Amino acid sequence: MSLALDIFTVVMVVAGLFFFYAGSIGMLRFPTVESRLHALTKADNLSVGFIALGVMPQMAEATDALKLLLAWALILFSSAAASQLIAIAARRNRRRDP
Amino acid sequence: MSDVVLHGGLILLILSLAVMTVVTRDTFAAITAFVVYGMLLGLAWVALGSIDVALTEAALGSGITGALLLRAAVCLRDKEAAAEVRRPGRAAHRVSGLVCAAIAAGLAAMVLMLPDPAPSLAPAVMESLPATQVKNPVTGVLLAFRAWDTFLETVVLVLALVAVWGMTPDALWGGRPGELRQHAHDGPLVFLARVLPPVGVMLGIYLFWIGADEPGGKFQGGTILAAMWMLTLLAGLTDAPPVSRRWLRAAMVAGPATFLLAGLSGVVFASGLFAYPPGFAKPVILLIEAASTVSIGVTLCLLAIGPPSRPANR
Repeated sequence: MSLALDIFTVVMVVAGLFFFYAGSIGMLRFPTVESRLHALTKADNLSVGFIALGVMPQMAEATDALKLLLAWALILFSSAAASQLIAIAARRNRRRDP
Repeated sequence: MSDVVLHGGLILLILSLAVMTVVTRDTFAAITAFVVYGMLLGLAWVALGSIDVALTEAALGSGITGALLLRAAVCLRDKEAAAEVRRPGRAAHRVSGLVCAAIAAGLAAMVLMLPDPAPSLAPAVMESLPATQVKNPVTGVLLAFRAWDTFLETVVLVLALVAVWGMTPDALWGGRPGELRQHAHDGPLVFLARVLPPVGVMLGIYLFWIGADEPGGKFQGGTILAAMWMLTLLAGLTDAPPVSRRWLRAAMVAGPATFLLAGLSGVVFASGLFAYPPGFAKPVILLIEAASTVSIGVTLCLLAIGPPSRPANR
């Protein structure tokens, strides 16, 4: 059982790392602010989720695992809102001096 | 081996961000680098096993300080171009470089000359901790063994706010700090400011409450409370109260006042100043922490939004 859980953890964390990697490449290579934000927030939220899910079975207590879920939810929520705000600010700046 | 890679990478990132903070010419980029630097420093504290320090570094050293710096940068934006023109001469550069290098070398020499193993009071703390009835040794040290230092720390915060308020123009004294924000009915910021504070307030109170037994405490909890208040102010959901309001000032000094009263009552009920009556240490510590959490939250938020800038009646 613990071996299966360990394999689950490794697979999920590797998947999370892959999306982090993809998101970072997107942030470096994409041409506009909006597309870079898209790459960063979509991929990062996904990878944080994969890593949180993957590490959950390794927690000693169920409440600790729930705290990980809460942390993921907070990250998801705040980074989504922050990326919207950055995009709005970028659009406003472009209108001011094209 | 994996520790070497992980910690080595962390150290490299922290060092390069520190250099970037100093070298970058753009103020906003420098502040961003500083905030990320603080976050990574928090990770380094976690790696060293000091969760309390890590939380404080992330919340205060990185979060609130970042907000303060951003506000300062916005205030300085117009004057920055003029300052760029009057760059100091080559001689001034050389002298300041030499002074900085000498200080860095002195610090490095001192750190290298520290005795190894370092002298530690940790065993003595762990031995006396049961008397305080709290289980987190950091809280025990901060609120019982070194209570005087911690009391002065809470006073310093209030004094800093007094200094910020001292910048108020005479005509606006007693007015409201920060800009008046149009209340928008939708948009991501308003949404964030509506949904996040209930969770954040609960988290702030949880951090204060758990501080007695686990990593956490009034500074970390108070910072989160301050951030939640700042969020609602930024979104225009609430307006900052005039600084002349009595309840506001009471909230500012509640923490230091409770701390001082508890400390003074030690002269009567226990063995001396800042000594707690045996058997009642934990309730007294919790009372001080609760009052301080409120004061720290209020004071940090008011520090970040700055001196009064408009009359009390808008």
